[in-house]
Amino acid sequence: MKPGFTNYQLDGFFDEMFVNDRTVRPHYQRLLERFNRLTPAELENRRRLADASFLNQGITFTVYSDNQGTERIFPFDIVPRIIPNSEWQHVERGLTQRITALNLFLHDVYHGQKIVKDGVVPRTFIDGAKHFRPEFMGFNVPKNIYIHVCGTDLIRDETGQYVVLEDNGRCPSGVSYMLENRQTLRQVFPGLFESYGVRPVASYPQELLNVLKYIAPLSRPNPKVVVLTPGIFNSAYFEHSFLARQMGIDIVEGSDLTVRDGHVYMKTTKGLEHVDVIYRRIDDDFLDPKVFRKDSQLGVPGIVDAYRKGNVSLANSIGTGVADDKVIYYFVPQMIKYYLGEDPILPNVPTYLASEATGMKYIMDNLPKLVVKAANESGGYGMLIGPHASTAEVEKFRKLIKANPRNYIAQPTLGLSRHPCVVDGKPEGRHVDLRPYVLYGDKVTIVPGGLTRVALTKGSLVVNSSQGGGSKDTWVLEGDQ
Amino acid sequence: MLSRVADCLIWMGRHVERAENIARLLDVNTQLMLDIPLVQAEKLKKDWFPIVAALGDEEGFQKATKKTDSATVTHYLTFDRKNSNSIFSCIAAARENARTVREQISSEMWEELNRVYLWTLGKEARRTFDDNCYEFFQRIREFACLFYGVTDTSMPHTAGWDFIQLGIMMERADKTSRFLDEEFHLVKGTPDQPSIYAMQWTSVLRSCSAKQAYQQIYVASVEREKVADMLLLSESFPRSVQFCVHEIDTVLRRISGVQPARFSNRAEKLSGRLIAELVYSSIDDIVSVGLHQAMDDMQTKINAIGAALYDAYIYHPTPSEDDGENSNLPRHNQQQ
Repeated sequence: MKPGFTNYQLDGFFDEMFVNDRTVRPHYQRLLERFNRLTPAELENRRRLADASFLNQGITFTVYSDNQGTERIFPFDIVPRIIPNSEWQHVERGLTQRITALNLFLHDVYHGQKIVKDGVVPRTFIDGAKHFRPEFMGFNVPKNIYIHVCGTDLIRDETGQYVVLEDNGRCPSGVSYMLENRQTLRQVFPGLFESYGVRPVASYPQELLNVLKYIAPLSRPNPKVVVLTPGIFNSAYFEHSFLARQMGIDIVEGSDLTVRDGHVYMKTTKGLEHVDVIYRRIDDDFLDPKVFRKDSQLGVPGIVDAYRKGNVSLANSIGTGVADDKVIYYFVPQMIKYYLGEDPILPNVPTYLASEATGMKYIMDNLPKLVVKAANESGGYGMLIGPHASTAEVEKFRKLIKANPRNYIAQPTLGLSRHPCVVDGKPEGRHVDLRPYVLYGDKVTIVPGGLTRVALTKGSLVVNSSQGGGSKDTWVLEGDQ
Repeated sequence: MLSRVADCLIWMGRHVERAENIARLLDVNTQLMLDIPLVQAEKLKKDWFPIVAALGDEEGFQKATKKTDSATVTHYLTFDRKNSNSIFSCIAAARENARTVREQISSEMWEELNRVYLWTLGKEARRTFDDNCYEFFQRIREFACLFYGVTDTSMPHTAGWDFIQLGIMMERADKTSRFLDEEFHLVKGTPDQPSIYAMQWTSVLRSCSAKQAYQQIYVASVEREKVADMLLLSESFPRSVQFCVHEIDTVLRRISGVQPARFSNRAEKLSGRLIAELVYSSIDDIVSVGLHQAMDDMQTKINAIGAALYDAYIYHPTPSEDDGENSNLPRHNQQQ
């Protein structure tokens, strides 16, 4: 092994790049050679180049620590993650199976609830899911598709097996970073891609637009499609704007839309213009102050009525949150069997439900060793990582779980796979996950790769950007090396 | 185009133009202080207030600052982020407008604005100012030139571009009339002290980048009526009020497709009327009510075109009560 990686330690974790301290995995061989030709100074220089590119393009979020805002970029690591094609095909099959089952489940939940009647999922778990929308029972969504865009978080365990950590079926974010990371790495390491045979990701916006057009009301052959954003102060605004630009469609805020006679219109300089499909990046709760949260300033009064009348289509549909509830997650493998008669290709992480007697006992007995998650939270909030928590924090969660068992699940603390990242000019192992973006239209489309998120703090298992996470470019190869 | 987007584009243009105008005004007046004999200068230093007034910001300044001298005025107008009309605030606001409509403008425009914005956040901007404020103001003015250049050459000249032009021209017409008015108060010399008198009127011209053009038209002596004539009524000088209103009128008609001398909304009616008034007036007619009153009237008329423009393109009538919309004003509704 060459200079840079001489002192690279695996520390007993599954490493994406190395089999052991001496042996590189074959699909990383050429990348390692390329990196070994760089001095630490050159490495640092490339890193700075990448940061400057993000900053100049305004791919930033603003931190208001004093009266003047400071621009921050989401940390980007320049060592790409590489996935051989055969490995990816396995992931792709698993994700396709999973989204198919989730959509069948949602259709069932909002219609006959056969899965409840057949005793596979207890009724209380569905009724108790925070994002279940009983007001949409019996409502038919266009083409029977509920989740059009799904961000499924995968991790690899100690043996390297891909495992599903959670499904994000409401408004998953991060896809713009998948695309921008690729653009940036291309500038930082020109020439490397061609020789490696990296499958492109750039078609994502076009694929998304195809899905959005596919679900348009039948009477609208040339549908007007828009992106609905909470606005410029939302931390994902760059992404909303980026996707609108890439798809060549308008980005609107709630106040740009108005509902007249059950139809949605946007307010333009030439008067009102009919809107047919809305890719909304606003949660159900804020969508329509007449139906959901009355205090919402972000939504459009009357939009749910227009949706019910079939005059406007929404992606994702209203009420998908029941499927990404962390208690419902527990039942996804059973769902796959129930609806498709297949074994799950991608397993779940072993999960204990606090609302079941055996689960509760196990959780109480092993709390300091477990990861506890609130059923309806996302973004790494409402979480306990037992081994990294103080006794006081563990006891606080013990009380919370006992007070509201329905709201908590627990999982063993996993040794997430690690990947080399450049830290102070040297490669060091950091834990990573993978979020591929699954599109469901006339067929399931998954752009090869996804967003690899990195827990940049040494030893940390939390990859969320709100909690000090960064990201990497993710390469799916045309072949296996 | 979305009305909110048009609103953002108008304000983006307006904020860039405003930042540039403030930079030019401060640059010229800082230099004027150096050119004037010491005794006069001491007196003038106490008289920086009209500069603040020229930017229409007297009240805010009096609240924010106790003393009025070149240091406090310059700081307030350049760096003070609590002053929404300081150079830094204008750049931040223009950049925020651009970020909101990022998908409508070219990458070149965005990167130019973003670059100058990041520069104002860093230490280098302040260092440049302390070192040589001329260079600092020059940097701001160069930014505006670059921004206008890439806007012209990298963005399609369709409605979006038109709204940017409207913002720029409304701001420019407003500022020219204000500079002329308030600098008039600043000029303390009389024709009896020819050198200082000329110097001060020259600074009015330079505040509007008009000195060279003036010399070409009027050859030598700098006189009050001629300066006013040029800055108000010139058909060819691009910062004169008439020139700007003519541009506004042309752009308004390009957006609606309506022929000159006809109108389809109140904004076109008002701009057409103001042009006629300017074309068929001599400077004597205009200043017969006093220059100050005349400029006040001018600003009111320009503002009325702006308000009518918003009625025509930005605001939408509120639907019936039970539709539950409490406000149909865009949320980016900003202070002038």
